[in-house]
Amino acid sequence: MSQALPLNTHSSPHLRIQDLNVWYETNHALRGIYAEIPTFGITAIIGPSGCGKTTLLRSLNRLLEEGEGIRVKGQVWLNEVDIYDRVMDLNELRTRVGLLAPKPYPLPLSIYENVAYGRRIHGLDVLDKGNGRNLDRKVEHYLRTAGLWEEVKDRLKAPASALSTGQQQRLCLARALAVEPEILLCDEPTSALDPISAQGIEEQLITLKENTTIVIVTHLLRQASRMADYVIFLWMGELVECGPAKELFKNPKDSRTQAYLMGKIG
Amino acid sequence: MNEKSKFLKNREKLSRHHTKSFSKLSRDRKDLAAHKAMRALAICVSILVPVFILVLFLRARPILATHNISTLLFSTTWRPNQGSFGFFPFIMGTLWVTMVAMIISVPLSLLTAIYLAEYTRPKVRAFIMPLIDLLAGIPSVVYGIWGVLTVVPFIQKVVMPSADRWLGFSPLFQTSNPTGYGVLAGGIVLAVMVFPIIIAVSEEVIRTVPLGLREASWSVGASRWQTIRRIVLRRAFPGVIAAVMLGFSRAFGETMAVLMVVGNVVQIPHSIFDAAYPLTALIANNYGEMMSIPLYDAALLGAALILLLVVLTFNIGSRLVLARISYS
Repeated sequence: MSQALPLNTHSSPHLRIQDLNVWYETNHALRGIYAEIPTFGITAIIGPSGCGKTTLLRSLNRLLEEGEGIRVKGQVWLNEVDIYDRVMDLNELRTRVGLLAPKPYPLPLSIYENVAYGRRIHGLDVLDKGNGRNLDRKVEHYLRTAGLWEEVKDRLKAPASALSTGQQQRLCLARALAVEPEILLCDEPTSALDPISAQGIEEQLITLKENTTIVIVTHLLRQASRMADYVIFLWMGELVECGPAKELFKNPKDSRTQAYLMGKIG
Repeated sequence: MNEKSKFLKNREKLSRHHTKSFSKLSRDRKDLAAHKAMRALAICVSILVPVFILVLFLRARPILATHNISTLLFSTTWRPNQGSFGFFPFIMGTLWVTMVAMIISVPLSLLTAIYLAEYTRPKVRAFIMPLIDLLAGIPSVVYGIWGVLTVVPFIQKVVMPSADRWLGFSPLFQTSNPTGYGVLAGGIVLAVMVFPIIIAVSEEVIRTVPLGLREASWSVGASRWQTIRRIVLRRAFPGVIAAVMLGFSRAFGETMAVLMVVGNVVQIPHSIFDAAYPLTALIANNYGEMMSIPLYDAALLGAALILLLVVLTFNIGSRLVLARISYS
């Protein structure tokens, strides 16, 4: 049985994290996190390695618990529905909260089918089964959104594995966007890329933030300051400080945030 | 004798002992000898297969020289007394039994492998896998006895009456051989024997599919099963085929268990209940008997050569595929 998620109304925070705790076996990796992620815009989760950034991100579409020996306790409210509720339909949740992984994993399909994959799974283009033109248009649209269309329009049937790493990551972005998620989680999305490809991805995300809530994990402070509208700073599994990016970067309140921003720790 | 002289004497003895057997020279010589012996052993073992092929070929040459190879393979007449050596009934016997075994075991093994690789926790898997591997260690004569005591009566008393009632229209299920000994019995016994091979290899292959690929699929809202069917199995396909080929070559070459339940009648089977006479059974039942008949010995060794070449081809083919997977 699944619980339908109400649509976002823009006024309230998109995600409300309430007393979220995560254990890896006995290691208490996230400790009582309370945070709100505003609707639209880019929220950056920053902090040193091993502070729980990725753990927090992956708990937001419940991909985290697919790992071994992981226990999650707490609530994450998505449009006033707790995604950790027992009746939550994980497939629907993950459709609405997409993920862009640090390393591109193109599916073992053609370029076209990679983008069409999610739409086919959900039968989003059932009506045009006859000619597939609607799906063609959608695939083109999302490849354009990801800034990949011009490079691949003549070889849509080629295997996705033939693309360069930078192209593959943009393909993964197109694939994630094709199921029209309202939130896109990005886990160090440029860490495997060369600077030019990385810049491309950053630009696409900045365009997307107009109508999608983007949560990005990054260990690059400069990337966070370039992109983020809102920042969450984690330290050793605890949320130290969060707030609008300008304010937090200019006047960090906590001494640990100050030290981290100045490059003294982490 | 005082303590000191005792001590000195002892030390002298010890040092003599050392110079005798632990001198550098003698140690090096021993090391070298062991090294050479082990290398010779390793070389001997590794050239066994080519030697087997060569010897089988040389011994089968009389029949290859006097009989056309296509006659040998496709003639249905097996009358050694009159010099007709048609392997076709035996080849068909082997193919029928192997095919039935694969039809039964491939779907069941693959579902088991998918379950173990995708749905169980490592602890459960660590418990179940050894139990499945145990199947591979059971002597094949034990499988044969199980076949005779359980499978054959089950086919005769349960499967055949039901087949008569519901499947009688199809020639595949004609029950003209009432004994229960036949292709289906051989197929069932073989199916159980190849379970552990197909399960172990394909489970390992499925687990080499990177987690990131599954996560990518889950992240667009695909269910576990959709992810397995559309992504994981597609990626694992070459390896799964290799696993099936390994199982096939095991079934193809299995002898003891099959010949105990398959009926051993020289004919081309037409129904899964018909008796068959696989190549392996032909060799095992007849080698060493009736050797006075000219060319009989060469014919049996020719059959062994065919068997060996087919099994080797499948084995090497699947190993090449699997090696490519584990290096990629």
